[in-house]
Amino acid sequence: MNQVVFTFITQNRDYILEEWMNLMKENADERLINVISNEMFVQTSAEYIDLIISNTRRNNEEFTYKLSEFAEKAVRLGWPLSFLIEGIHKFTLCVINGMVLKGQVTKDNQMEIIYDLDKWTSPMKQEIISTYTQTWEGTVSLQKIALQELSAPLIPVMEGITIMPLIGTIDTERAKQIMENLLTGAVKQRSEVVLIDITGVPVVDTMVAHHIIQAAEAVRLVGAKCMICGIRPEIAQTIVSLGINLNEIVTKNSLKKGIDAALELTNRKIAKVEE
Amino acid sequence: MEFQSCVKIINEWDIVAARQLGRNVAKELGFGTVDQARITTAISELARNIYLYAGRGSVCIEKEYEHGKSGMKIIASDEGPGIQDIRKVMEDGYTTSGGLGAGLPGVKRLMDEFDIDSFPSKGTTITTIKWLR
Repeated sequence: MNQVVFTFITQNRDYILEEWMNLMKENADERLINVISNEMFVQTSAEYIDLIISNTRRNNEEFTYKLSEFAEKAVRLGWPLSFLIEGIHKFTLCVINGMVLKGQVTKDNQMEIIYDLDKWTSPMKQEIISTYTQTWEGTVSLQKIALQELSAPLIPVMEGITIMPLIGTIDTERAKQIMENLLTGAVKQRSEVVLIDITGVPVVDTMVAHHIIQAAEAVRLVGAKCMICGIRPEIAQTIVSLGINLNEIVTKNSLKKGIDAALELTNRKIAKVEE
Repeated sequence: MEFQSCVKIINEWDIVAARQLGRNVAKELGFGTVDQARITTAISELARNIYLYAGRGSVCIEKEYEHGKSGMKIIASDEGPGIQDIRKVMEDGYTTSGGLGAGLPGVKRLMDEFDIDSFPSKGTTITTIKWLR
């Protein structure tokens, strides 16, 4: 790090911070200004500038740790990535402007100073971007796992009767999983009747219907009976309008009716115990 | 035209986004639950067709006002391979992807107005309206 630049930055921290905040406020989009209060903005800005400055002194590892801590905070506050990157750019601008004002930049050393600042800020930008994307990627992959966990459970409720409650949107990947779980589970649990409950499926279009029909057909092939429960009135109407043929499959409007029918199919019924 | 918003269809989850947008607008316009289900299902079919056959495209939603009645217009457009035989795709049970073949004729039955514009290797635009009763 160039000694001239270094001393300038450390000596003029407050000036740089002031200038920087003005510049950033001019350019920041409304979204950001609305999200955070003024105090928060000043406080976090100071922290950010201090962090950038600290990069001149501390060793690299400590800086990386501090930076990732800050990036996490920024993500929580909802500061966009573009804002932080713009921040570094504006910081460089402030430093150069300040140095020009103080007459520290001459024709001979101007290239050197700019080059030096760039060499110093580039890794910082990289670090911020990678910390940010890592945080995002982490969130996305966690959500994906969470989604998979609630994908398609097969629940045995009574001997020979199994239920698969479906909740949420069914896409191709999930449809595959449903089919797999349904078949292996039905065989493993020696199900006689399998109930697929679609109360929680928001939209039944031709693709979803197609997958459900295929699943029911496959269940029939492994020797069990399949019933579709939880067909809401509006879903029934759209199925009719679409012209989807569900004649081959037994359908019920609620899971309760489905269980009743399943018990009947297996020659059982629920009775009250008499004292 | 007072209001328009579009959803780009690039991956499978964009279908859900288009559907969500459609449901919100339908609710805002005052459609009942049955019509909401019809509209979202129609959007789902159209968006899925874009995803399956064209790869990418967009679904736009407009509020329509005409002769004192209001409604919702869905425009699904892509620059995909186009439809070879429009008469055939409007037949029930015709499919090139192994599906049920109920998509487009189904959408026509779900909605009130249906218009299809397609040129081979140029793309397809489907415009459909549901009126509020």
